[in-house]
Amino acid sequence: MQQVFKKPAALKDVQTHFCPGCHHGTIHRLVAEALDEFGLQEKTIGVASVGCSVFLYHYFDIDVVEAPHGRAPAVATGVKRAKPESFVFTYQGDGDLAAIGTAEIIHAANRGEDITVIFVNNTTYGMTGGQMAPTTLLGQKTSTSPYGRRSEKEGFPIRVTEMLAGLDGVAFAARTSVDSPKNLMDAKRQIKKAFQYQVEGKGFSFVEVLSACPTNWGMNAVAANERVGSEMCEYFKLGVFKDTASL
Amino acid sequence: MGAIEAGCRYYFGYPITPQNDIPEFMSREMPGLNGEFIQAESEIAAINMVMGAAATGARAMTSSSGPGISLKLEAISYMAGMELPCLIVNISRSGPGLGGIDASQGDYFQAVKGGGHGGYHMVVIAPASIQEMYDMTMHAFDLAEIYRTPVMILGDSVVGQMKEPLIPHRRPKTEFPAKDWALRGTGGGEQRVVKSLFLGDGELEAHNWKLHAKYQQLQEKEARWEEYETSDATLIVTGFGSAARIAKSAVMMAREEGLKVGLLRPITLFPFPVQAFASLTARCKKVLDIELNTGQMVEDVRLSVARDAEVHFYGRPSGTGSLPTPEELLEQIRRYL
Repeated sequence: MQQVFKKPAALKDVQTHFCPGCHHGTIHRLVAEALDEFGLQEKTIGVASVGCSVFLYHYFDIDVVEAPHGRAPAVATGVKRAKPESFVFTYQGDGDLAAIGTAEIIHAANRGEDITVIFVNNTTYGMTGGQMAPTTLLGQKTSTSPYGRRSEKEGFPIRVTEMLAGLDGVAFAARTSVDSPKNLMDAKRQIKKAFQYQVEGKGFSFVEVLSACPTNWGMNAVAANERVGSEMCEYFKLGVFKDTASL
Repeated sequence: MGAIEAGCRYYFGYPITPQNDIPEFMSREMPGLNGEFIQAESEIAAINMVMGAAATGARAMTSSSGPGISLKLEAISYMAGMELPCLIVNISRSGPGLGGIDASQGDYFQAVKGGGHGGYHMVVIAPASIQEMYDMTMHAFDLAEIYRTPVMILGDSVVGQMKEPLIPHRRPKTEFPAKDWALRGTGGGEQRVVKSLFLGDGELEAHNWKLHAKYQQLQEKEARWEEYETSDATLIVTGFGSAARIAKSAVMMAREEGLKVGLLRPITLFPFPVQAFASLTARCKKVLDIELNTGQMVEDVRLSVARDAEVHFYGRPSGTGSLPTPEELLEQIRRYL
């Protein structure tokens, strides 16, 4: 009998701690598949960030350094500069990357560091219990925006991918989603494209992945998944915002 | 120069006075050495780049001054927890706040007592001359690697900017433990993880006891100090870095007058030379501590001396025109002799 579907080699055979309906497991899988397909597992150094994704090293069978909150792009810069032959990616959430780590992501991108950033946007701080994030949508209720996010008080959700695409140092920037098979396939394609940029030494590549946090959104898994495809995709448009090789 | 001789090829920094000579020098030298220099977007990013490079086993460093070190403390605490070697140079300013750029020793507590969160130590070395700055920079990298710990060189604008003769030399040959923790990509081998999060039952306690044992070992083996004219002294003057230089001049002047005064200068502030203070004060019962602050190291001096020794303090928190003169210190020596 032929095995047609199996666990990627870059992932360990363990259960994740993620909540039911959380997309981290799915996104981990996409990243691991891409590592496998490029044969990168043995030369990869992953940079874990602070949040639910900190346990990267429990699930990926790769070398990992755990960065302080928001600092993953700076840590990845140090890793890549000291070990340019390695494949380096960060895996960061929206609170980590778009709030406390804003300076680090902008400047690593602007320097055109030869690293790949996987940015998981679920519009909330998951690990700390569902507080308002920089990407929280207007009107969205969180534990620190109990009346819903108001633009006049809390500003607007940040579209990080568009912002980074405007920097000359960025080689590739795309926003994807994993709410449907079609979007998931496309997310995989964009992650692979981003990896390709680093493999060829062509500079900074960035993939945002819209994802669900059913627990902190107070939704069941199905409703949360639907919210990603509707509300989130409406504000955060999917697409490739920068692809220098195709220019 | 000491860092380059020690094999450091990765420098990450941010401009702040009075230490800009270091990044400027490194930006000039690193490209020719196949090294990397980055002027980071912030003090925070700079130390986190050091963390990344250090995680691969490379010798990496940053330098800054008081306010910049405050910003770096988060990552320094992480690196202590992650057991990553690196060098941090603090050419301190006078403070608090933006303070001033004059020679000051107001950062002793910050450097020696942890500074950052969580209860850790780093090795802190306080050179008092250019030669010592050079030698101790090499030594700092060696200690960092042997003990897997961040090491700080604590100086000020006097030791940071003075011009003195220097005899360059090769770094001493040292045996180092294998870097079986450094990240390299598994290469098909075992996964390596460099982290400071320990959530399992008893895991963090065990980790903290391990760090504690390392600090004890440092205390037993790595304390350094200089003694000058202490054998027959009836008063021991102490101080570190630039204050100790002024104090030494005062001790020399006192000796010329026939006064029995000696100098004990801690070179490492952590580990503090507890042993040296204990054994000297078993005989000589008077200590005068001189600092460019209102009294910081004096707490460690009091904890280290024999129980019946008197510890006196003379300090001036620095600002423009506040550096004490040797004559001023000689007056203090006469007062307590």
